[in-house]
Amino acid sequence: MNYPLYIRSVPTENELKFHYMVHTSLDVVDEKISAMGKALVDQRELYLGLLYPTEDYKVYGYVTNSKVKFVMVVDSSNTALRDNEIRSMFRKLHNSYTDVMCNPFYNPGDRIQSRAFDGMVTSMMIQVC
Amino acid sequence: MEAAAGGLCGSGPPLLLSEGEQQCYSELFARCAGASGGGPGPGPPEAARAAPGATTAAAGPVADLFRASQLPAETLHQITELCGAKRVGYFGLTQFYVALKLIAAAQSGLPVRIESIKCELPLPRFMMSKTDAEIRFGNTAELHGTKVQIPYLITEKNTFKRIDDEDKQETQSPSMSPLASPPSSPPHYQRVPLSHGYSKLRSSTEQMHSAPYEARQPLVPPEGPSSGGPGAKPPRHQASLIRSFSVERELQDNSTSYPDEPWRITEEQREYYVNQFRSLQPDPSSFISGSVAKNFFTKSKLSIPELSYIWELSDADCDGALTLPEFCAAFHLIVARKNGYPLPEGLPPTLQPEYLQAAFPKPKWECALFDSYSESVPANQQPRDLNRMEKLSIKDMADFPVPTQDVTGDDKQALKSATDEALPKDMSEDSATPKDSNSLKARPRSRSYSSTSIEEAMKRGEDPPTPPPRPQKTHSRASSLDLNKVFQPSVPASKSGLLPPPPALPPRPCPSQSEQASEAEVHPQLNRAPSQAAESSPTKKEIAYSQPPSKPIRRKFRPENQATENQEPSTIVSGPAPVATVKTHPAVQKQSSKQKKAIQTAIRKNKEANAVLARLNSELQQQLKEVHQERIALENQLEQLRPVTVL
Repeated sequence: MNYPLYIRSVPTENELKFHYMVHTSLDVVDEKISAMGKALVDQRELYLGLLYPTEDYKVYGYVTNSKVKFVMVVDSSNTALRDNEIRSMFRKLHNSYTDVMCNPFYNPGDRIQSRAFDGMVTSMMIQVC
Repeated sequence: MEAAAGGLCGSGPPLLLSEGEQQCYSELFARCAGASGGGPGPGPPEAARAAPGATTAAAGPVADLFRASQLPAETLHQITELCGAKRVGYFGLTQFYVALKLIAAAQSGLPVRIESIKCELPLPRFMMSKTDAEIRFGNTAELHGTKVQIPYLITEKNTFKRIDDEDKQETQSPSMSPLASPPSSPPHYQRVPLSHGYSKLRSSTEQMHSAPYEARQPLVPPEGPSSGGPGAKPPRHQASLIRSFSVERELQDNSTSYPDEPWRITEEQREYYVNQFRSLQPDPSSFISGSVAKNFFTKSKLSIPELSYIWELSDADCDGALTLPEFCAAFHLIVARKNGYPLPEGLPPTLQPEYLQAAFPKPKWECALFDSYSESVPANQQPRDLNRMEKLSIKDMADFPVPTQDVTGDDKQALKSATDEALPKDMSEDSATPKDSNSLKARPRSRSYSSTSIEEAMKRGEDPPTPPPRPQKTHSRASSLDLNKVFQPSVPASKSGLLPPPPALPPRPCPSQSEQASEAEVHPQLNRAPSQAAESSPTKKEIAYSQPPSKPIRRKFRPENQATENQEPSTIVSGPAPVATVKTHPAVQKQSSKQKKAIQTAIRKNKEANAVLARLNSELQQQLKEVHQERIALENQLEQLRPVTVL
């Protein structure tokens, strides 16, 4: 139910820590989704906002209508990142994900190996860091 | 004859040239000398012999030729020295011949010495650059090899760089077999033939080359068979061959502007791809859905990640469906991959959909359905300034109130191509191209008449719709169909149902006249409604019109309907609308039976899809449970291992 389709971190040391943080934040995401209640599914915002802050990092969440979750972990010292930038990043992710889905050779649930997706994520992360 | 040629120049050693070599060399010499004005051209050897001093080969072409022999620069220097050109300062006939002989020797692996030219040598091999006509002189073995490579080397006009990958190409035909039944056969051979002609003269491989040579004949003014080839004939023959080469070269000029030759699709390949497309989807202007394409390309036995990557490259608009140019690009990439080419990082320019449409206008359209509709339109019309049109169309798209953000990019393509027609008012060739369907002709003409912005807006509203004559399931379709029928008689010889707009417009000679304008307004509005409705069906990715479920179409239609009403500046809509509905009743019944069948097939297919999905779902659920359990186990472990932290 909650296996990763795609994980990327920049820089690459401490990668495992980020993996763990993302994994634990999934619970928070689930919580937020279920908090809306079933009746409000259509009105639910895709962007979930700041999930929870730690002393070092901020974690943002986004969920698609097909319950695919995007989680972004950002360094707390990166104060230049504003909310709408995060939103636009999630939107780009969502669009790229849609493009990946359009590929008939992609089976939903597979790890994402699309080079276009990779490229988009890399450029986005480089932009931020 | 040969001995005389060699013995003419006292400085060099006597040259012994075989007949074939004689022809080869004199032709080459003629080519190189032709550049230096006043050369003898394909003069007969006698003339050249008569005035040795006057005929020299220009250094430029000679250098190109030598480089084309693909020998290292060192060797070429040696050869130049040895043949005496350095000494005398120019490439006279003898020097040239000696040099060619030395090149042949070097290519055969013999040391570059004067002595080597005394042996019996094969013809030197030259891989010509684009600037010269492509000539491949080869020994018989190579010719055999090239014959096998038919699917790729057939029109060698484009294989300039591909020649570098000759080895790879030789594996092409065996690996092509699973995918293709190559349109093989020597008659398709059109380019290698110069050498064939000469080899015939050499009388070593006559049968094999007679066929290609015959094929060559149509291109060449009949000079008589090459057998025997006495003195006067071969030079004339050379001249005609050279002429035809240059003609072909010119024909290909507009397509040889890109350096990435392996990614260029030749005519043969293009035809093959188009045929394959047709086998999957009879309408060449429509698209292949993702699943169909997936099944088809999986047959190529490439790995799924590679196929996935190829799809990513070729589906430029990321709509999950392949139009004909996209399909050709994908197919070409697959074929290239199967033959060992690594996949490129990005789609090469020669495989871009716009380029493919411009470069290869399709010869025939099976149904007039989408003639005026899809991006094939620009291809049908002469390869023109597509870029300009597309830029203009992109600008225009912003003006569209009609929702173009549908997931399917086909909508955009349709709109784009439709606006293409709206824009080029100055493109007089629109109305001139005979290939276009009447609707095409009519619409551009109507564009050129319009001057008021209102009418332009209206016409733009008409453009996207270009509805196919397929019966639609929703009420909107019914109305559209009838209107189509209403207008159809006025449009001669057009099968598509999307003609309503054009017939309405011609009656207006001058758009500035308001009465006529208002009259015209009525018709386009009527037509817009149906055409937009009809357009909603092509926006579906499914091939068969029966596939798309009715609900999405209705949904799409309504916003479009509202959009059209927003668009209209006047309130004439309400007037014609009831009129339209009255007319539609008779037509509705005729269509209802068709619609029923369509619906039933759609239902069946949906049920099958459902079954598949249900199965998939259950499998996934199982996987899910397993993974969930794993997760729980891991979390437990983590809990035990990690110290307690506040999160």
